[in-house]
Amino acid sequence: MAGDKVKLLGFWGSPFALRVEWALRLKGVEYEYVEEDLSNKSPMLLQYNPLYKKVPVLVHNGKPIMESLVIIEYIDETWKNRPLLPIDPFERATSRFWAKFVDDKFVPLIIKMSSSTREQKDKVAEEAREVLKTLESSLNQNKPFYGGKILGFMDIAVAWIGIWAPMLEKIIDIKLLDEEYMPLLNTWFRDVLEVLVIKECIPPLDKLLAHYKDYYDRFMATKSN
Amino acid sequence: MGKDDVKLLSMWASPFCMRVKVALAEKDVAYEEILESDLMGAKTELLIKSNPVHKQVPVLLHDDKPVVESTNILTYIDEVWPAKPLLPACAYGKSRARFWADYIDRKVFPAGRNVWTAKEDDQVESARKEFLDILMYLDGTLGEQDYFNGDTFGFVDILLIGLTSWFPAFEKYGGFKVEDEYPKLAAWITRSYARETVSESLTSPEKITNFVGMMRQMYGIE
Repeated sequence: MAGDKVKLLGFWGSPFALRVEWALRLKGVEYEYVEEDLSNKSPMLLQYNPLYKKVPVLVHNGKPIMESLVIIEYIDETWKNRPLLPIDPFERATSRFWAKFVDDKFVPLIIKMSSSTREQKDKVAEEAREVLKTLESSLNQNKPFYGGKILGFMDIAVAWIGIWAPMLEKIIDIKLLDEEYMPLLNTWFRDVLEVLVIKECIPPLDKLLAHYKDYYDRFMATKSN
Repeated sequence: MGKDDVKLLSMWASPFCMRVKVALAEKDVAYEEILESDLMGAKTELLIKSNPVHKQVPVLLHDDKPVVESTNILTYIDEVWPAKPLLPACAYGKSRARFWADYIDRKVFPAGRNVWTAKEDDQVESARKEFLDILMYLDGTLGEQDYFNGDTFGFVDILLIGLTSWFPAFEKYGGFKVEDEYPKLAAWITRSYARETVSESLTSPEKITNFVGMMRQMYGIE
């Protein structure tokens, strides 16, 4: 829409900011990206998101929207071209269910894994693999994307795992996205992440790996003291 | 709409099931309620088949197709039966409602659980403080409005009102009263209960409080 002012407050290493960018780009929405220093949050971020003080925050004509899945639904409702959610209410409910399932179940396990001892991490990794296996059960072998022939809400809500899981496997020395155990999931992530609009947003993987490895190493150092 | 076949798998003490009942009542949708025995009993085959991932109530079966997770169910109900909308019309209003829905879902019941499961005095104290902090944010967002949805009872109101059937139990074991701490919020509870859709859908707080007392004994808290 002409005259729209759209700003995204994000952090380059955040999967939640990344998926909002995917939504904006798929819709062809022009936006200004503002990089936040999470160790020194801007007055703007604190003003727009006083409750959580977190990124991403979308600011549309001065009005802030928070929580990445809420933001993606807002984007879908505001810019009606190229719909992200399906039209049928039952399919919408199913998409929303799986997106939330991943956020509620997988994310806490990643955090737990990043702060586990060597002994605990294998057990947590096993739980995380089971979550992914459940997600695999939702995929249809006949469709390239969850959205069908083109990317939809569920694809962009969840595809970050295709980047973060392999990275965590390297840093923590665990198996998550087992190709043999989860063939559909592996294929699905590969297909989504190949789409040009998605691919061009992904942060440099070596930079991402270094960032998270540094965070993990510093944490492990405090544990052994 | 032609004759819909709507069933709700529920459990009498679940505030999440109460939400769905309020929403269906607000929309005048007829449904058959199928009660799971209780939290301790074995889950029915129908429940496990309908919600294989979480195996939890509530489950809405619409023409035998299952929708699960109470907030998700409310959104579904609002989309399928669009008359008397529960969510605001504009995208921004919807985003505010969803933000607070997410906050309520994340915070209220878990914090309430911390209150009634706390054993030592210092645990009760810290659980009470956490719960009241959450009410502070909710009270702030309600502001001077009649409802969280503005002038009309809506989505966020329904999500929270189900949970208020458990508030007297939290008050009893946490040693506080919502009406002393946040009178505007207490007034909103009274105002909402005046609606038949709410008073007929919610389990009595007395029954819930007795249930919580029984659970405390079971867990060896008292």
